[in-house]
Amino acid sequence: MPHSIASNPQPWLSRFLLGVEESLGWFGGFCQFAGLIIRESIRRPFEFGELLRQVVAVGYRSVPLIVLSGLAVGSVLSMHTRSTLERFGAEAMIPTALAFALVKETGPLVTGLLMAGRVGAGIGAELGGMRVTEQIDALESLAVNSVHYLVVTRVWACVIAAPLLTVLMNFSGLAGGFLAEVIVSGTSFTYYLHTAFSSLAFADYIPPTLKTMVFGFIIGTMSTYLGYNASGGAEGVGRASTQSVVYSSIGLIVVNVLLVKFIFFLYPGGGA
Amino acid sequence: MTATENATPGAPIELRAVSKSFGPRKVLEECSFKVTAGTAFVLLGRSGTGKSVTLKLICGLIKPDAGAVFVNGEDITPLDSNALAVTRKHLGFLFQTAALFDSISVGENVAFPLRRRAEKPDPEIRNRAAELLESVGLGNEYDTMPSELSGGMRKRAGLARALAVEPSILLVDEPSAGLDPITSSEIDQLLLKIKTQQKTTLVIVTHNIPSARRVGDRFAFLDGGRLLAEGTADELTASENPLVRDFMKSQQAG
Ligand SMILES: Nc1ncnc2c1ncn2[C@@H]1O[C@H](COP(=O)(O)OP(=O)(O)O)[C@@H](O)[C@H]1O
Ligand SMILES: [Mg+2]
Repeated sequence: MPHSIASNPQPWLSRFLLGVEESLGWFGGFCQFAGLIIRESIRRPFEFGELLRQVVAVGYRSVPLIVLSGLAVGSVLSMHTRSTLERFGAEAMIPTALAFALVKETGPLVTGLLMAGRVGAGIGAELGGMRVTEQIDALESLAVNSVHYLVVTRVWACVIAAPLLTVLMNFSGLAGGFLAEVIVSGTSFTYYLHTAFSSLAFADYIPPTLKTMVFGFIIGTMSTYLGYNASGGAEGVGRASTQSVVYSSIGLIVVNVLLVKFIFFLYPGGGA
Repeated sequence: MTATENATPGAPIELRAVSKSFGPRKVLEECSFKVTAGTAFVLLGRSGTGKSVTLKLICGLIKPDAGAVFVNGEDITPLDSNALAVTRKHLGFLFQTAALFDSISVGENVAFPLRRRAEKPDPEIRNRAAELLESVGLGNEYDTMPSELSGGMRKRAGLARALAVEPSILLVDEPSAGLDPITSSEIDQLLLKIKTQQKTTLVIVTHNIPSARRVGDRFAFLDGGRLLAEGTADELTASENPLVRDFMKSQQAG
């Protein structure tokens, strides 16, 4: 079928068009897979045991990574904020500015990217390995719907874990910011927390935190899609794993732009 | 629907003019055969001729490009995973690679299909799994992880898992590959017992002719996408086709 285009006299053009056609086919397959996941999500029986195991694998095991990164990102952000705000004599605003930056954008995005790295690579490799060693076929042969059992549980684990990890990232970030601040100014923790949250309404946290559920869905769907359809032995598994990270990171960054725009549209007062 | 779309009575497995290609590679071309209930059908053929593909077609893991695959009277080719699960409840499959789940122990692999049905309380499931492992000579390996087993042991664990749900149809892909002659003949005895006592219909892919003669009722030789010959062991040994004849004669035990 691609050869209809390949007969074009310009080799670079035909190669380009072939690439476009292939990408479109790939994307079509991905959308179909996402549709299948949604359909299978509402079908009984719900695999609670497996879902719980995946939430632990995806969420709980990411806690050290998220906390450490949060501390580091928070302290760095805090140092930058200080150097900027000092010029205006607005040091008192540092916790507020940091909380704002973290909660609104840095926390969700960094959490999403870290998850894409750790979780995406893991799921891509795990399902890819199961595919090429026929374990997915074996599941099916034992009358188990493998999409329902392996894929849906992992995708939902990502959707559930993403906002929880984001909240953790935000708090770790604030803690990191406080640590950086306490060295310079010796501020107290309660005062710091109080200022950090004073100018943010509860509703401000909700949209940016919940949008990470979409990140989780992208990471879960992309990495299960690539792993589930892996082929070509160990090399194919490696490819599935790497591509899971790359494609879910890109997907997440791009979709984030739309989500931020969408949240501003819903909450013109600056919810995003 | 026309009458030709009905399965042959008394044949729980039937392939009708099944074709399957992978890209440009034609594996099966209008291949047809049926397996009578309670008998063992032995599929022979050189490597890469599509024997494993045939078993996967019967299990519905691979869809044919054309033709029909009847399992227990139903054409499974249009079915999705959820519908196939109903048919697969009566089906056991030993994969050529054994395909054990490598994240759980050998015993839990065998217990897995039992847990999925959840008809029995946990201690009973464990006992049953241990019993099945015992029957394939792996009584001491319940808590061993699959990666710690040898190839032949994995095969046997895979067989125990396939037998766990007492399938009425059992597909076994090279059961004696990687086994010593003694264990291999023990597996033959086990398959024979399953056939005679549980009236299970067997499809066995093997290169081990002596073993195939012990268990098999009908034999078929797959080559060039079709069955080149089909009949009893003696009929195939006397085949006019030298390839089939040599295949039946040249093999040693092991
Ligand atoms: N999933 C697959 N994708 C592409 N080619 C395959 C696939 N499965 C089998 N084949 C090809 O089909 C042919 C038959 O394979 P197989 O049934 O495994 O042979 P055998 O008779 O040795 O069991 C081989 O050439 C193999 O490369
Ligand atoms: Mg094979």
